Amino acid sequence: MIHWLNSPASETQITHARRLWLYALSIVIMLLLVAPTLIVIPMSFSDSQYLEFPPETWSLRWYRHYFGSPEWMAATATSLKAAFLTMLVATPIGVLAAYGLHTSSIRYGRLALALLITPMMVPLILVAVGAFYVYVKLKIQYTLLGLVMAHSLLALPLVVLVVGSALKSFDLNQELAARSLGAPRWKAFVTVTLPQIRFAVTTSALLAFLTSFDEVVVAMFVSGGDNATLTRNMFNALRDQIDPTIASISTIMIIVTTVLMVLALTFGKAKDPG
Amino acid sequence: MSGTAVETHEDGLRHDARRERWALFGLSSPALILVLVILIIPVGWLFYLSFIGADGQFSLENYQRMVDRKSYRRIFETTFQVSLITTGLCILIGYPLAYFLSQLPNRIAGLCLITVLLPFWTSLLVRTYAWLVLLQKRGLVNTWAMDLGLWDEPIKMVHNLTGTLIGMVHIMLPFLVLPLYGSMRAINRDYLKAASNLGASPTRAFWTVFFPLSGPGLFAGSLIVFVLCLGFYVTPAVLGGGKVIMVSMKIASNIELFVNWGAASAMGVVLLLLTMLILWVASRFLRLEQLAGSGHG
Repeated sequence: MIHWLNSPASETQITHARRLWLYALSIVIMLLLVAPTLIVIPMSFSDSQYLEFPPETWSLRWYRHYFGSPEWMAATATSLKAAFLTMLVATPIGVLAAYGLHTSSIRYGRLALALLITPMMVPLILVAVGAFYVYVKLKIQYTLLGLVMAHSLLALPLVVLVVGSALKSFDLNQELAARSLGAPRWKAFVTVTLPQIRFAVTTSALLAFLTSFDEVVVAMFVSGGDNATLTRNMFNALRDQIDPTIASISTIMIIVTTVLMVLALTFGKAKDPG
Repeated sequence: MSGTAVETHEDGLRHDARRERWALFGLSSPALILVLVILIIPVGWLFYLSFIGADGQFSLENYQRMVDRKSYRRIFETTFQVSLITTGLCILIGYPLAYFLSQLPNRIAGLCLITVLLPFWTSLLVRTYAWLVLLQKRGLVNTWAMDLGLWDEPIKMVHNLTGTLIGMVHIMLPFLVLPLYGSMRAINRDYLKAASNLGASPTRAFWTVFFPLSGPGLFAGSLIVFVLCLGFYVTPAVLGGGKVIMVSMKIASNIELFVNWGAASAMGVVLLLLTMLILWVASRFLRLEQLAGSGHG
């Protein structure tokens, strides 16, 4: 231990002992980053209205309340439907766009790519207000269709970027080989290219799902009535008072997000051959 | 004779190649149409609306209002104040953490990075809710602090500026730490070796060599945090309890409560231009693609 403290910690020959404050501070910061979210999990099993930690009596009261409420169940169904449809819309059109822009070397390619990434840059409130305005004109406000289109817009940049970077490391000559052997272009893409970027495509699909599932601000404006999302109802409930049911919903959301992100990371790490 | 035949053949090839390039470009059209219809056209329309006065004629009154009315000026002041303080706190907390992570061996750093990534993925709403529960009067922070004798009466830490700042710093920290960590990893350690070889103390080597080299990453990360704060809605709305009014909240209430599209649009245009300007500056220092997966709100 003493030996370790006096050994050099970096190129500047500073010792670990002189860096102890940095280690301590960093560990505290890392704890503060993780703890607030994780502490919600045990609290959600508390029997009390005030969500004690650690709970004095454990119960599933707030979970029963959540699963027993038709409103929360309807909102959850809407959120899941919207997220699933967003994944089904954003992934294919994003993959097509990434492939098209990667292979076509026209001058406007860079401009088009910049345009496809703008949804990530524009403040969400403007996306929400703009979509709301168009939907009122088109009379599709508070419909699942409108919600899915707006969420697909938000998920699009992620799909284009993730798939685009996978295509950069893919050797297009393989597709050329398939085509010179007689495969039509689409077939060459489906049988040669697509299998080799499948991990990137899966990752982007999961990200598209999560983008929609977690989104609040746009959902506040374009979802409502029978098609209100889970996040919209949670946000409204939070503004009024602290409803302990939300602790149980939060716990479920933390678990869903973590599972999906671990999947996305695993697929992202699994290097696409190419 | 044969010469012209070759030429037409080449022309044909060139023509085919051009057609194919456009056909491939066409594959991006569904995505481009989506962006155009749901984003570009509506935002353009808002831009137009911002120049229309209450009487339906062209006017600058929506912009004039932001300058004249004290309530509007205050909202911009609050927004800048909250964004600046959040960014400052993120730098103070995030820099040491990023530095610590960058000094660790790759494998351990990867494990520690999970503590940054986990909150990064977790729904914004869930994290905001967690702080609401922890900071409330009978919440964990007050209970523990009073048990430890730090203070005697419960302190009001939520539904005010304090709560907003705590929540926002927690949410913004990963946006600073991740790019900063990346840029610190890229610093060539031989420079530090050279500095200490030439007799610099560890402190001096850090301040004269390492810190300046991490500057671009720090600057870009801070700009990203600042810009995300400017457009923030959910966290100040929940943790501010109506006492912290940011630009995006005013835009929302102008539409939901007052149906004043002109006023909302003008504020939106100002917010958008500020955002674009700052992002453009940041992009000179950092590739924006590196920030994929932003999840701002």
